[in-house]
Amino acid sequence: MESKIPEGPLADKWSHYKEKAKLVNPANRKKLNIIVVGTGLAGASCAASLAEQGYNIKSFCFQDSARRAHSVAAQGGVNAAKNYKNDGDSTYRMFYDTIKGGDFRSREANVYRLAECSAALIDHAVAQGVPFAREYAGYLNNRSFGGVQVSRTFYARGQTGQQLLLGAYQGLLRQVSLGKVDLHTRHEMLELIVIDGKAKGIIARNLETGKLERHAADAVVLASGGYGKVYYLSTLAMGCNSSAIWRAHKKGAFMAGVSWIQFHPTSLPQHGENQSKLTLMSESLRNDGRIWVPKKAADDRNPNTIPEEERDYYLERKYPSFGNLAPRDISSRAAKEQIDAGHGVGPMKNAIYLDFSDAIKSQGKDKIEAKYSNLFAMYEKITGINAYKEPMLISPSAHFTMGGLWVDYELMTTIPGLFALGEANFADHGANRLGANSLLQACVDGYFIAPYTIPNYLSGELNAPKIDISHPAFEEAEKTVRRQLDRFLHTNGTLSADYFHKKIGRLLYEKCGLSRSRKKLEEALIEIRELKASFEKDLRITGDNTLNSELEKAGRISDYIELAELMCYDALQREESCGAHFREEYQTADGEAVRNDDEFCYVSAWEWKGLNNEPELHKEPLTFESVELAVRSYK
Amino acid sequence: MKLYLKIWRQFNSSSKGEMTDYEIDGVSEHMSFLEMLDLLNESLVQKGERVIEFDHDCREGICGQCGVMINGRAHGPLKNTTTCQLHMRSFKDGDTIYIEPFRAKAFPVLRDLKIDRKAFDSIIAAGGFIGAATGQAPEANSIPISYETAEASFDAAACIGCGACVASCKNASAALFTGAKITHLALLPQGQIEASKRVLTMVQQMDELGFGNCSDTRACEIECPQGISVLSIAKMNYEYSKAILLRK
Repeated sequence: MESKIPEGPLADKWSHYKEKAKLVNPANRKKLNIIVVGTGLAGASCAASLAEQGYNIKSFCFQDSARRAHSVAAQGGVNAAKNYKNDGDSTYRMFYDTIKGGDFRSREANVYRLAECSAALIDHAVAQGVPFAREYAGYLNNRSFGGVQVSRTFYARGQTGQQLLLGAYQGLLRQVSLGKVDLHTRHEMLELIVIDGKAKGIIARNLETGKLERHAADAVVLASGGYGKVYYLSTLAMGCNSSAIWRAHKKGAFMAGVSWIQFHPTSLPQHGENQSKLTLMSESLRNDGRIWVPKKAADDRNPNTIPEEERDYYLERKYPSFGNLAPRDISSRAAKEQIDAGHGVGPMKNAIYLDFSDAIKSQGKDKIEAKYSNLFAMYEKITGINAYKEPMLISPSAHFTMGGLWVDYELMTTIPGLFALGEANFADHGANRLGANSLLQACVDGYFIAPYTIPNYLSGELNAPKIDISHPAFEEAEKTVRRQLDRFLHTNGTLSADYFHKKIGRLLYEKCGLSRSRKKLEEALIEIRELKASFEKDLRITGDNTLNSELEKAGRISDYIELAELMCYDALQREESCGAHFREEYQTADGEAVRNDDEFCYVSAWEWKGLNNEPELHKEPLTFESVELAVRSYK
Repeated sequence: MKLYLKIWRQFNSSSKGEMTDYEIDGVSEHMSFLEMLDLLNESLVQKGERVIEFDHDCREGICGQCGVMINGRAHGPLKNTTTCQLHMRSFKDGDTIYIEPFRAKAFPVLRDLKIDRKAFDSIIAAGGFIGAATGQAPEANSIPISYETAEASFDAAACIGCGACVASCKNASAALFTGAKITHLALLPQGQIEASKRVLTMVQQMDELGFGNCSDTRACEIECPQGISVLSIAKMNYEYSKAILLRK
């Protein structure tokens, strides 16, 4: 496990890398084939950029169109150190905010490169026709976002992810029309092919016909997104899954930071047992909304009748300098504390109030309407409640996975030839991601990093023997997949795939969610093993091995149950609190996280050791040369 | 509440489909329409029956993957709402609900309520892009765009590609979808250079895929979850005429 960070001063590392990276002659590029799994911002941008260089790309997504990947749902914006507001922004400052936001658990060199490439992304997106917000003079507008003191967040109304994705999708389809990308929609990767230690292809299932297909390549890129949906109730799309990265993990790719999951503080609460999704309300609402709960536990009164002195504005009380704008991990954890202590509100007592009455009083309803009318309308559409008249009910929800496949500086996993991009890798966000950095990371990985690092690898593969899909490794992998699908179809138990998904989700939320403890994690490990055994014998999948959404779910949930186990091992081993990982044993007297830099200043990378064995931990020490480790305080 | 559902079941694109009756009890008004279908599918699994296949993904109204005809209307009774954002409080106890796939010659049914919308991708691939390769871009602020132009371009770019416009049109025309992309790109200075070629190739592709013509009934605008204006169809026609007249 070698992180391959280039020599030289922090600010020059990426330039040095690019200057020395090996190239592939244009005439040779068309002899090389690359598989890209996922068509979100990372996958589509990588596939299009490599196709533009002349490589042959096969691109895969499980959705019915590449445009539907879940990058589409990001609302707020994308960060870039353009310093257009002349307010003191710089690459270094952006680097520092990001590494501090991640609670000093990411690599300096990666984070610096992310900030360094951010400006070029805005240029590229504008060239593609992304309709970013503009000032009246015609120049690009931007705004500030959680945890930073400058304006560097570019946005396209509340649909920044959608517009960036459409830019990448259109770039991808342009390459499809030029014959450089072979696009396979409604296909799901179910196995990675490793030959002589190198990634050489995948087995994919055509979800329309059920047919298993073999695809060979000289390199494989996984840009399959995050796995927050493991919690079942989350802000993610229903189809988001960990299968591509998990199956690669079982073939030898290490997973890192596995239990670092960001819970978004302002999603809508669960309303009932049959709920499938928690809708996100933009964090920008916290600029004007005040968060509170009744001081009295189990207070059933209408919120408007609860007098001021009987309300606890707990964020303002605990974090007077940041107040309602405290970072995501801290706000989410504080909400859970209140709910667990019996102060939760709403029909299921699982929410807190986000109240706009003071803002409406001081600024007028018009002003609030101008800023948030679309969000208030969305809230009313979903809940039937008019938030101009009574406070919104909100609660934290599983949102973003900082963890993922371990990658080196080149975004290559521990399997040579296998790359992981975007949310599928662990690299840039440390233990907590800053708002508007996820779109950025996905784009930068795909547009600006992989197009240099993948050719560097491929230059060594030009003379390697070409693998044919009749190779025994394909034969065997296809058999493994077929056996698993047959097993799902013939278990003939009594419980649906969703039943198991909800079970594992709730278990993780309670025991490996916003706060963790040794006791809870050890219990979770036992319960997960029981659930796994039950899944083996009690699952019921109806229908056959053709188009069958239940069968698709079964494979994803099988992987989620195994992943959940690794998440608990990861959380258990890390005996400190950092970012989104809060261990109850490691906190100050007033409930703040206590990081332990002496013992845990490393990346935890886990190796799969077989179904019934404990995973093996490998440590990548984190060294900080340009920043000083500080306590992350928002008091 | 208790509901009576009449749902289109069809095994594959070449088989004959039919409406099938289902009853469902215990539906809460807070459930989304798709959660109601989840509940029905859960009961089908319990009975050992094949579930009803339907498309969906983000369930927050932005990915464009969901979409069925509900009592004859694309995405159901509410304005500017996708199927996933429709909640059961829009129905009442004892209602009968007809659920069918979006129908169009260019959107074959794959199974039950799932359809194949690859035709939309083909229209985009025919020219719905600006040909800027990675690495070519100039400094972003070197292309000033007025606030009004950016906003108007956004209005068209907001299309989620769900296909409600096609399903609502008596001619199964894709004019609103295609017009929206042409408008988004033609309004921007970056998109000007390819504008003529773009409109010609996209319109040709749209016609070849078997979508019908626009006869200006404007049903598409009414049913569009993003409220895309039919003015983008006018813009497409304008760009098309201009391209034909100026064709070299």
